[in-house]
Amino acid sequence: MPSANRAPFSKVAEKNARGPLIALTDIRKSYFNGDLETPVLHGVNVTIKHGEFVAIMGQSGSGKSTLMNILGCLDTPTKGSYILNGREVEKLSDNELAQVRNETIGFVFQGFNLLKRMPLVDNVALPLLYAGVSMAEARKRAALKLAQTGLGDFLKRLPNQISGGQQQRVAISRALVCEPALILADEPTGNLDTTTSVEIMNLFTRLNEEQGMSILIVTHEPDVAKYAKRLVRLKDGYVTYDGPVADAHL
Amino acid sequence: MNFWQVCLEAFRAMSMNRLRAGLTMLGIIIGVGAVVLMLAIGESVREDINRRIDTMGSNVMVILPGSSTSNGVRAGRGAAQTLTLSDSAALAQLPVFSNVAPIVQQPFQVANGANNWNATVYGVGPEYFEIKDWTTDKGSLFGDVEMRSVSRVAVVGSTVAANLFGESDPIGQTIRIRSRPFEIIGVLATKGSDLGGGDQDDAIFIPLSTARQQLIRSWTPGSIQYILAQAASAEQVQEAVYDSTELLRTRHRIREEQEDDFTVRDLASIAEAAQGIATALTLLLGAIGSISLLVGGIGIMNIMLVSVTERTREIGIRMALGAKRRDVLLQFLTEAIVICVCGGAIGVLLAYLGSVAISKLSPMEVGISTSGIIIAFSFSALIGIFFGFYPARRAAGLKPVEALRYE
Ligand SMILES: Nc1ncnc2c1ncn2[C@@H]1O[C@H](COP(=O)(O)OP(=O)(O)OP(=O)(O)O)[C@@H](O)[C@H]1O
Ligand SMILES: [Mg+2]
Repeated sequence: MPSANRAPFSKVAEKNARGPLIALTDIRKSYFNGDLETPVLHGVNVTIKHGEFVAIMGQSGSGKSTLMNILGCLDTPTKGSYILNGREVEKLSDNELAQVRNETIGFVFQGFNLLKRMPLVDNVALPLLYAGVSMAEARKRAALKLAQTGLGDFLKRLPNQISGGQQQRVAISRALVCEPALILADEPTGNLDTTTSVEIMNLFTRLNEEQGMSILIVTHEPDVAKYAKRLVRLKDGYVTYDGPVADAHL
Repeated sequence: MNFWQVCLEAFRAMSMNRLRAGLTMLGIIIGVGAVVLMLAIGESVREDINRRIDTMGSNVMVILPGSSTSNGVRAGRGAAQTLTLSDSAALAQLPVFSNVAPIVQQPFQVANGANNWNATVYGVGPEYFEIKDWTTDKGSLFGDVEMRSVSRVAVVGSTVAANLFGESDPIGQTIRIRSRPFEIIGVLATKGSDLGGGDQDDAIFIPLSTARQQLIRSWTPGSIQYILAQAASAEQVQEAVYDSTELLRTRHRIREEQEDDFTVRDLASIAEAAQGIATALTLLLGAIGSISLLVGGIGIMNIMLVSVTERTREIGIRMALGAKRRDVLLQFLTEAIVICVCGGAIGVLLAYLGSVAISKLSPMEVGISTSGIIIAFSFSALIGIFFGFYPARRAAGLKPVEALRYE
């Protein structure tokens, strides 16, 4: 049914009319160890529109995670401007950054990063609690999200009582629960086998295509990158390729 | 996050590591228990002393024969019988005194039929009861009429009544003191011990006139053993001490360079000293308790610091999910407070059990007051805030990336 598919895309177009989701201008990042400066990003310029599915690739140490942390407002660039959803990130206070991470961004990590002592439903509900939603309502919405990723039967289980692939699906549910504008996933399939990776990537594809969710993933594996529409390749802190996945030599 | 969610998280964190939480709590339990129990003990000692002081009468001084200066050669105070009824009468004329009571006393074997009891017999006038502010439980006190008629009547303390008469009513019964019969007309309300620990209820009071003529004879005519005198007001106590000293020196014809042959002792100053000791004791006990509470608090801080380090990654995850610094601060602060308040509750309970045990096993009556419990509770919450704040602030101050990268 094309109408079911078109609805989110008309919304995406509406959002893009107001400006891109991400605009990075000359982003530089150096780590400092005492007086020793280690430059990692040397001026990254990338613009990402709403509804895009982008893969970031590059050798180990090329600065992918560094870039992701900046995009996720977990870290600040040494120089450059970052506009996320129309807001200048460098001008935001600590509290506003926390709010942006809560409302605008959903994180998916390589190591899942679920809280060990909490049942899955509470793990997924946690971002809602930080958003000020009541416990009962948060649990209800969390259970719904878990059901959508096929984990409706595991609400009361602890993270160590389910498989890695399932844990990553919980993490994705948690990333989605606050209805963010953007999913940031740093090597989401890094700890998973091929079959499970495929499941996870299919989930991302569905989110992107059916709901128009903007997704950024970092990966080493060309097979995983192929699920994305656009590829950004980093080398030693420089962008060496930025274009459709299909045109890239993976 | 609202308050209950934060508390729930705190309980969840504690239940993850029960042994550690329990041991940390133990420090607070002991600390709070010690503070509450020690303060209760101090308070009960103070109350006990105050109760004893109350039985002394207010603004009272005692005038004893003999000098208080001891140079080793002189016989003990009270050895020389230098006080007489006329001394007492002269003192009573001084305007600073509201009551003056001359007293003689001596222990006697007292009998009620086959029952025997050794008690101190006091020969006193009705002023004595006025000074002490003593009343009877049963029957009545004797007055001027009995004094004038040299009646053989007696008012007994509750210890004497219990030992001679058991459960039966002593009023109207007759006891024999040195084979002379005395009719019991009153039983005094129970007083308990005096400051020196003596049982004030183990006493028999008879009119001074009767005692002097029939029981306690002396070589010197008109002599009495000591005088109890009550100043008209607290402000007049010093003046009364001075005036009575002057009067007695004149009456006893003591020359300028000679020492007094009597001693005026102001009981209020003794009471003050005793109260001072009680206060010092309470402070000391409180200090001991506080130190253990402080140690418990440091234990909390230590464990919270360890916990923050251990859970650095968790903090990073929470921050990535939208936790504000305030949320993280509150989370760890709440954990510390929950441990302290739970520990405080158990500590109060233990202190209560301790007080019950002490009251059972010792003559002391230790009661834990509601205010003590409230103070202990708020204090333990305060300890939690104080010692939990630094670790919590450390957690809240973490940078999200660095916390997330922590292994
Ligand atoms: N906290 C830090 N302090 C100093 N240098 C750092 C720090 N974090 C990363 N680096 C350096 O920055 C460079 C880029 O690191 P980054 O983690 O972004 O690489 P990456 O592309 O994600 O690598 P990988 O594919 O292995 O995850 C590396 O050379 C790394 O040594
Ligand atoms: Mg990386």
